Amino acid sequence: MATDHTAFLPPPVVSAGPLAWMRRNLFTDWRQTALTLIVLYAVIRGVPPLLGWLFVDATWQGTRDDCVANGGACWAFVSARWGQFIYGFYPADERWRVNVTFAMLALSVVPLVLPMVRGKGWIIGFLLTLYPVLAFCLLYGGVFGLPVVETARWGGFMLTLVVAITGIVGSLPIGILLALGRRSNMPAIRTFCTLFIELFRAVPLITVLFMASVMLPLFLPTGFSLDKLLRALIGVAVFNGALMAEVVRGGLQAIPKGQYEAATAAGMGYWRMMGFVILPQALRLVIPGLVNTWVAIIKDTTLVLIIGLFDLLGIVQAGVADANWLSASVTKTGYVFAAMGFWILCFSLSRYSMYLERRLGLGASR
Amino acid sequence: MIAMRGVNKWFGQMRVLADINLTVAEGEKLVICGPSGSGKSTLIRCINQLEHHQMGDIVVNGIKVDAELKTLDLVRRDIGMVFQSFNLYPHMTVLQNLMLAQVWVQGRKRRDAEEVARHYLDRVHIPEQADKFPAQLSGGQQQRVAIARALCTKPKIMLFDEPTSALDPEMIKEVLDVMTELATEGMTMICVTHEMGFARNVANRVIFMDAGRIVEQGPPAEFFSNPQSDRAKLFLSQVRLN
Repeated sequence: MATDHTAFLPPPVVSAGPLAWMRRNLFTDWRQTALTLIVLYAVIRGVPPLLGWLFVDATWQGTRDDCVANGGACWAFVSARWGQFIYGFYPADERWRVNVTFAMLALSVVPLVLPMVRGKGWIIGFLLTLYPVLAFCLLYGGVFGLPVVETARWGGFMLTLVVAITGIVGSLPIGILLALGRRSNMPAIRTFCTLFIELFRAVPLITVLFMASVMLPLFLPTGFSLDKLLRALIGVAVFNGALMAEVVRGGLQAIPKGQYEAATAAGMGYWRMMGFVILPQALRLVIPGLVNTWVAIIKDTTLVLIIGLFDLLGIVQAGVADANWLSASVTKTGYVFAAMGFWILCFSLSRYSMYLERRLGLGASR
Repeated sequence: MIAMRGVNKWFGQMRVLADINLTVAEGEKLVICGPSGSGKSTLIRCINQLEHHQMGDIVVNGIKVDAELKTLDLVRRDIGMVFQSFNLYPHMTVLQNLMLAQVWVQGRKRRDAEEVARHYLDRVHIPEQADKFPAQLSGGQQQRVAIARALCTKPKIMLFDEPTSALDPEMIKEVLDVMTELATEGMTMICVTHEMGFARNVANRVIFMDAGRIVEQGPPAEFFSNPQSDRAKLFLSQVRLN
């Protein structure tokens, strides 16, 4: 039997192995080599001191004086203030309510993320209707014999989550409605939506928050007052709804006319056509844009500081100004801690969106 | 079943339908042909009001068609439509495509809708593709799914808007076969198509259009062997008669 030995030959040695890889990718010519060396130098100079500051020289327990003596990060400060960073001024005895609220959220979100779980519609329905009511009752109290905790005492990471989640969940329906309105055939609705979007898109969020906190009460009837946090939440949701509307509109424009015609010919009315045929496709197309806006919402929660609410960054900022802890290393540590908090939130959201895109891409590719 | 009287339509300044008079009886199979831009598609799209006509009357099943939402719903319920570019919903499986209108327009129970959907998938000879997404099918299979989707709502009239024009030559036959089967079962069909073989074998009547007008109509045997107008003669001399 004549065997073709060439079929069993291993690949040429030059193209395999780490050395060859480095030669091909890092030291191709003198320019690549120079760049590689510069980056290598930056890494060698940068990383060990950073690790030293974060871990080796860090103070894990003790007081400000220990931190100043050690010179590294002052994690002792973070652990001393941990409760406040997470819960703000929420009474220590009632903090379990915050835990329960967010544990419930986490427990309902986990099955949503897993592809094999069935009955997601029910979970989403629960999250959008019953859950907000439950969460409000738990956090604010006043029912089931729970003592009232004024929103002025909410703060820290918990407040960041409350503002971010309300902003994310609230802005999507607002955005969808505005986007549909802007493409409507009815001139009055189209004009209103266009004006609304262009107005909110053209002002900074800070302005909107100021308006919500200072101006809005002026327009309300006397004796009727809206909670400051609630006003901020409405401001964040409406502002981001306007941004979201343009993202959604981009997706709507990408849907071929034939999809509208097929749905119309099948006898679907406007809302059914939008709900079952057009929006599911349009939203899928703009996942990157939606997540972009959501990440921006999470980071923009820090702006509620302006109207006197203490989110994670606000409470860290207040903490580092405490006379008992005031020092350069405490300040740095505080901000690094806050940054890590936001980074974890935003990064996990963006990872999830990448996963979602891959999974949904299966059916959507044409 | 369908009666059009003095139907006119303009796109801007251009008159795309000019004084169309046409009646279609139950069980009749019409083929509409003619050069591109002659108004063939616009004509059938006026029947289910994907395009709105500006003058004249269209009566479908005794209902006068106008832009009123309620009558539109009634009329569209009885009309199925198949498009040149299939227009399947790409984010749904084949089965979901077939069930959507049944469940959400006709209010059929999910289980019944699935049964109907599987029945029509059988009829178009692709029962095994039920759980695939449209993008995983060939063009011919997609168009057959589209036909099944239109049939699922049990229409009395089927409109075909150049159903084979976007297909590879090899796939045209499988779609035309399904359409021929449908015709032999007595469905009222109006097809805009360039498939002259299909017109010759299946149609009761051929409508020839040019510049928004119905120039000539008649049984296929007569139309193909002895066209009356010069325009039709020119057209027939230029298309492949297979």
